Amino acid sequence: MYRYDEFDHDFVQARTAQFADQVERRLSGELTEEQFRPLRLMNGLYLQLHAYMLRIAVPYGTLSSKQMRMLAHVGRTYDRNYGHFTTRQNLQFNWPTLKDVPAILRDLASVEMHALQTSGNCIRNVTTDHFAGAAADEVADPRPYCEILRQWSSIHPEFSYLPRKFKIAVIASPKDRAAMQFHDIGLELKRNDAGETGFAVFVGGGLGRTPMIGHRVRDFLPEEDLLAYVEAIMRVYNLHGRRDNKYKARIKILVHETGAEEIARQIEAEFAEVRKTDLLRLPEDEIARIQAYFQPPALPEKPARSSAFEAAKADSRAFAAFAQNNVSAHKAAGYGIVTVSLKPIGGIPGDATDAQMDVVADLADRFSQSEIRVSHEQNLVLPHVALDDVPALYAELKAHGLETGNAGLVTDIIACPGLDYCALANARSINIAQDLSNRFGSAEKQAEIGELKIKISGCINACGHHHAGHIGILGVDKRGEEVYQVTLGGSGDETAAVGALVGPGFTGEEIGGAIETVVDTYLKLRERPDETFLAAVRRLGQKPFKEALYGAA
Amino acid sequence: MTAPIQKSAAKTKAAQQVVTGNRLIDGVVVYLDAAGGWTEKIQDARVAEGADDLEDAVATGKEGEKNRIVVEAYPIDVTRGPDGLRPVRIREKIRAEGPTVRMDLARPVGA
Ligand code: SF4
Repeated sequence: MYRYDEFDHDFVQARTAQFADQVERRLSGELTEEQFRPLRLMNGLYLQLHAYMLRIAVPYGTLSSKQMRMLAHVGRTYDRNYGHFTTRQNLQFNWPTLKDVPAILRDLASVEMHALQTSGNCIRNVTTDHFAGAAADEVADPRPYCEILRQWSSIHPEFSYLPRKFKIAVIASPKDRAAMQFHDIGLELKRNDAGETGFAVFVGGGLGRTPMIGHRVRDFLPEEDLLAYVEAIMRVYNLHGRRDNKYKARIKILVHETGAEEIARQIEAEFAEVRKTDLLRLPEDEIARIQAYFQPPALPEKPARSSAFEAAKADSRAFAAFAQNNVSAHKAAGYGIVTVSLKPIGGIPGDATDAQMDVVADLADRFSQSEIRVSHEQNLVLPHVALDDVPALYAELKAHGLETGNAGLVTDIIACPGLDYCALANARSINIAQDLSNRFGSAEKQAEIGELKIKISGCINACGHHHAGHIGILGVDKRGEEVYQVTLGGSGDETAAVGALVGPGFTGEEIGGAIETVVDTYLKLRERPDETFLAAVRRLGQKPFKEALYGAA
Repeated sequence: MTAPIQKSAAKTKAAQQVVTGNRLIDGVVVYLDAAGGWTEKIQDARVAEGADDLEDAVATGKEGEKNRIVVEAYPIDVTRGPDGLRPVRIREKIRAEGPTVRMDLARPVGA
């Protein structure tokens, strides 16, 4: 587990006290909003349409049951009984009052949580595979490396005032479940032929106004050089990244304007400099020290096949669908990784009530070694569940409306808060997600369609990852009206691609029907039932979808 | 669960203005009222008549910023219909009414 060491403890306590003082000074008039705003943002506190919003860090998406219970407590005590899990693996509360925030931060600090690095032009929370530490296909647990990066970056004075925010993702399997190539730096943990551990390094990926896929600048970086190399990238960025124009300040623009090869050359030159001092070399024992915090739980041995699990599948179609979609391969025989969907049909993607958070915490204690993960797809994950226990777990989830068996299917929609909450939004996104979820919600329809990722953003900032959606939907404001643009063929996996705009946008009333047309076109044209939507779009191109939507040209 | 949001009425009716902001202490949406105070009810908002009056209302709103009652006071277009005052822009309608996807958290806005 993520271990907050003494340094973190003192740092967070000091920051909490400091922010309490700043809130007091704001309320007493010593600080103007102009002075206070950057301070509150450094502590994850935004002002949205209806209220303040507090974004709480969930480093690399890992939560203990105790921490989840604290989030439930905060939701119940200071907010309106729910929270929203985000595509950054964080949690947002939508209604805290300013005067309560110091108390919230104190409560969070008591379980080693905080809201640092969730805002501002710093290195943000490092994200990772939500199956980290459990996935059957991982080379090793990627989280120790996230933690090494977190410790290095959280106090680095040079990196608190970057040209722009900076996002790093680390994965550890060939299957990318973390949209790694859409980050400023993407790291893929791998082993070389000699069996040594290292990283493929990608630079300059990102979503937002100018979506770009990261360029591979290193195929194999020995793990001991991780910090030295990342430092070299940061130095190149800090030196040449544009501070004059907010829209051009991300490293992806620098990479794009300079050229990937030239950037790689500059990074290597800087890396050679950094290496001279040896200061940032990661010794093996340091890696081992951090890895010790992430020791896999001692899971009792089990046979690979669970007769209880198989019997339950044979017994109930709903359970069988849940088992197929929401239970993924675990590295230990006889165990599974269970996705707890926060996408009930017609519901709000990523929202969980305080009661549901408590339930998930209890179930984590009972069935998953007290561990929970938050996925960038806005679901929760119980990473270590014995297959024997899945039927009992399912029954409990069902009792609390958490049993939706739709992970990876058409109703497992990512949607940002959009104009229902967000001060930057141009259009609503949640209502569109709900509409689509209702249209495609029947179990039969979802099974027929298979894997299809719809992602919706309420503005060009792309928090809903629409560029990476197999179907992406972007809300824009057209003369005061909400209009939705559709992109096809995006992907956030290891075959990362930016979706292409299919044509003119649709109104809020039209968009649901338009997406149905797109899906129907796919169903009609796919070669086999197992040709996925993405594969079909890649084979067919945009033309048949365009024609179905707008008529033949 | 989803409330319909009507399309912009800006082109059909001459808009009037009120001044709004978020209350500093809790972020709640408030409107400047005729007595120079701040109200959660848009129906009680001071409606500016003409450019001079609007300027005066905005100046009073800015006082609210200085006095630490609101964060960023600004004018918005509204129209008066059978249900009383309603903002013109969707964004402001949602601020006035609450999230359209959580009717249980909606704010009463009628006259
Ligand atoms: S994409 Fe835009 S509307 Fe959606 S949460 Fe991000 S900033 Fe807000």
